[in-house]
Amino acid sequence: MNWARTAAIVFLLVVSAACLLANFIAPAPYAHQFRDEPDAAPSRQHLLGTDDLGRDRFSRVLYGTRVSLLLAPAAALLSSLLAAFIGGIAGFAGGRVERCVMAGTDLFLSLPWLFLLITVRALLPLNVSPIVSVLITFAMLGCLGWAGAARIICADARSLSRSDFILLARASGSNGFRLFWRHLVPNLKPVLYAQFWISVPVFILTEANLGILGLGVAEPLPSWGSLLRELEGFSTISGQAWQLVPLVLFILVVSSFHLVLTKEELAI
Amino acid sequence: MKKLLTGFLLGILLTLGSSGVLAQSGGELHFCLRSEPKTLNPLLAADDASETIRYLTGGVLVRVNRLTQELEPGLATSWKLTNGGKTITFELRGGVRFSDGTPFSADDVAYTMQQLMDPALHSPTGDAFRASEGKVETEVLPKNRVRITFPAPIAGLDRLFDQVAIMSAKSPQKEMAVLGPYYVGENKAGSYLILKRNPNYWEKDPAGRQLPYIESVRLDIQQNRDIEMLRLTRGEIHFINSVDADSFDKIAAQDPSMAHDAGASLDSEEMWFNQVANSPLPPYKKAWFTSTNFRRAISEAINREDIARIVFRGHARPAFGPVSPANKFWFNAKLQAHPYDQKSALQRLAQDGFHFQDGTLRDHDGHAVEFSVITNAGNKARERMATMIQQDLSGIGIKLNVVTLDFPSLIERITHTFDYEACLLGMVNDELDPDAQMTVWLSSADSHQWNPSQKTPATAWEAEIDKLMRAQASTLDPKKRKEDFDKVQEIAWQQEPFIYLVNKNALSAVSPALHNAHPVVLRPQVYWNIDQLSLSSEVARNH
Repeated sequence: MNWARTAAIVFLLVVSAACLLANFIAPAPYAHQFRDEPDAAPSRQHLLGTDDLGRDRFSRVLYGTRVSLLLAPAAALLSSLLAAFIGGIAGFAGGRVERCVMAGTDLFLSLPWLFLLITVRALLPLNVSPIVSVLITFAMLGCLGWAGAARIICADARSLSRSDFILLARASGSNGFRLFWRHLVPNLKPVLYAQFWISVPVFILTEANLGILGLGVAEPLPSWGSLLRELEGFSTISGQAWQLVPLVLFILVVSSFHLVLTKEELAI
Repeated sequence: MKKLLTGFLLGILLTLGSSGVLAQSGGELHFCLRSEPKTLNPLLAADDASETIRYLTGGVLVRVNRLTQELEPGLATSWKLTNGGKTITFELRGGVRFSDGTPFSADDVAYTMQQLMDPALHSPTGDAFRASEGKVETEVLPKNRVRITFPAPIAGLDRLFDQVAIMSAKSPQKEMAVLGPYYVGENKAGSYLILKRNPNYWEKDPAGRQLPYIESVRLDIQQNRDIEMLRLTRGEIHFINSVDADSFDKIAAQDPSMAHDAGASLDSEEMWFNQVANSPLPPYKKAWFTSTNFRRAISEAINREDIARIVFRGHARPAFGPVSPANKFWFNAKLQAHPYDQKSALQRLAQDGFHFQDGTLRDHDGHAVEFSVITNAGNKARERMATMIQQDLSGIGIKLNVVTLDFPSLIERITHTFDYEACLLGMVNDELDPDAQMTVWLSSADSHQWNPSQKTPATAWEAEIDKLMRAQASTLDPKKRKEDFDKVQEIAWQQEPFIYLVNKNALSAVSPALHNAHPVVLRPQVYWNIDQLSLSSEVARNH
C-alpha cells in the first residue's frame, strides 16, 4: 500500500498548494456575482461554470478547499491536544481521578453534538465577519470534538503508566509532571498522531453537515459545506456533472487523509 | 364550410368539457400532504394538512371563489348584513344532508357557531370573529333561515364564513359527518388518508350530474419534496399544490404542460430593521434604523429585479408594499415600484450626515455602516436573497453580515430579546381582507415586527396607520375601507418599516391526467375546485 500512501500525500500536497495559491490561480473573486450568468455551464471564463448566484465555481472551490483544508487540521490539532491533556492526565492518575474524568467524558459524548453546535452558534454575536465566523465554527468543532479521542488516549496512558519503563522512571525518582511530560507523553505520540489524522476528515464532514443545514461558514465565504449544499436535491445533479467536482474533491481528500495513515497507526 | 362545421363542433366539445359535461367520473386522485393533519375537527384546523382536510370535507355557508375572488353561495343561497355590520342573516339551502344522511338545518349552523365561539375550544377559526368582548347570539328563524348577531361590527364578516365548516348538531358521527364533497373514509396515522365521495353532497353540474366527479382522494403523508417530485414524474400522484422555483423549472423542462405559473401570489418576502427602543443595540445603530432616509436608501440600493430573476428564476415580481397585486380589490394601484438607484440612495444617506470614505460608508460620528441580517437556516431562497443584498449594499459602502439561525433562535431574538439588527423573512398571506393584517399594522400588536407591543405609537406615521386601520375595520362601506387601506399602503411605501422585496409566484405542477385544473394564486391553488376536477378516462378505469 506504499504507492497509495505516496499518491495520497502527493495529492494532498498538490491540493494544498493550489489552495494556498488561490489568490493567483482563481480567475475571479469568490464572492463576485456575475448576475447575467447564473448557473452557467463550464466555459473558458468559468472553468467549472457558475453557481446559482453567478459566482465562479472554480474560484469558490479553490477558496472553499483552502478554508476547509486549513481549518480542519487546526481544529483537529486543538481537539487532539485537549484529548491528550484530559485523557493523558486521567489515564496517568488512575483511580478516582480517572473515573471522574471518564464519567465527564462519557457525559460529553452522550450530548447531541450537532444540536449543541447549533445552540452554541445561535448564542454567538451576530455582527462578525465571515472570516471570524469560520474561525469560530472550527474552534467550536475543535473544542467539542476531544471526547472520543480522550477515551482512547486515557486507555493508552493507563496501560503505559503500568509499563516497565514507567516503573523504572518512578524507581529512579521521577514523578509528577516530569514523569508525565518526559516519559508518558512521548510514548502517546503515535496514538495522538493517529487521532489527529482521523479527526481531520471528521471535522471536514461536520462542517459540511453544518453547511448543509445552512449553519456553517457565513456567506459569501465558501467552504466545502456551502459547496456541497449545491447538491441538495438529487435531481439537480442530472445533466450538470461539473457540479459534482466539489463532491469528488471532497471524497478524494477525505480518502487521502485515511491513506496517509499506516496500517499500524490505523490498528491503534 | 366543412372547416367551419368542424370548428363549431370543436367549440361545443370544449365548452362541454370545461363545464364538466364530458368529465369522466370515478378514479382516485392522489396527492401528498407534507405532514400529518393535527386534527380532523374543522374548527380546530390551523396547520396546512388539517386545513386541506377541512377544505375537502367541510361544507361552508358561503365560499370565496378562488379564481374571481368573489363570494359565492354555498350552503346558504343568500345572505344579508344588517345592524351596521353586526348581524348577518343566511337563507339556507333546503334538502341538504350530511355525509351520514342526517338532515342539515339551521340548528346545525347555531350549533357550529356555539362551538366556534366556545372559549374552551380555542378555535383558531373562531379568533377571527372575536373582534370585541360580548356574546354572539344565533337565532334560528322560520323558513330555513338563521341570524347571527355579533357584539360589534366585523369588517368583511361574510367572507369569514368561507372558513367555517358547518358541523352536525345531531349526527352520532359528530365532526366526521360532513357537508363537503368528501368525507374521511380511512385514516392511517402517519401514512395516508383516504377521502371518499360524499353521496349526499348538494352540488350538481350543469348537466345535473352529482359532484364531485372523482370517486376518492388518497392523501399520502410525504415530507420529502424530492420524493414528491419523483412520484409526480412517475405518475404516482396527480399534482403538487405548491413548488419552489427550482423544482418548477425542472418540471417545465421535462414536460411544460405540467408546470403552472399562476402569477404573483399574496405571499411576500421582506426585510426589516429592529426599531425597538429598549433593544440591546448601540444608540448610533438605533438612530440609523429609525431614520426613514436610511431605510429608504437601503431599499433603493437593493436590486429587486435581480432577486426575482436569479433567486426565483423569474417566478417572482418585485414587491410594491404590504398588498400583492394578486389581491385584486385591496391592492393600491397608484403605488410605483421601488426604484433601484444607488446614487439616489447615497443622496438620501447624505441628508442624514452619512458620507463615503475609503470605500466605506460612515455616519456623521464616523462609525462605519455595518450591520447583520438574520434569516432562518435551511431556506435557500432567503440565504440567496441575503447574499445578493450583501453585494448590492457593498456598492454603497455598507458591510452586511449574513447570519443564518435555526428557527427557534431566530424567533427568540425577534420576539423576546430583540437582540438583532435586521431580519429577512417571508409573510404568508391567506386572507384578502386587510382585517387579517391588523395584527401586523397596529402599533400595539405583537406582530408589529419592527417595534412590537407599543403602549403608544412611537412615531406620527405609526399613529396615523393605527387610526386608518381602526377606521377601515369599523365601517362596512367597501369604498371607504379601500380609501383608508390605500392610505396605509402609501404610508408603508413612504416609511418602509418593512422593505418588501418580492411577491413569489404561485407555482404548481399538475399531471395531464387531471382535468379541469386551473391553478390560481389563492390557496388551495390546484384543488380549489375539487368538485369539478376529473381524471382521464384511462386513470379512472385503472382505479
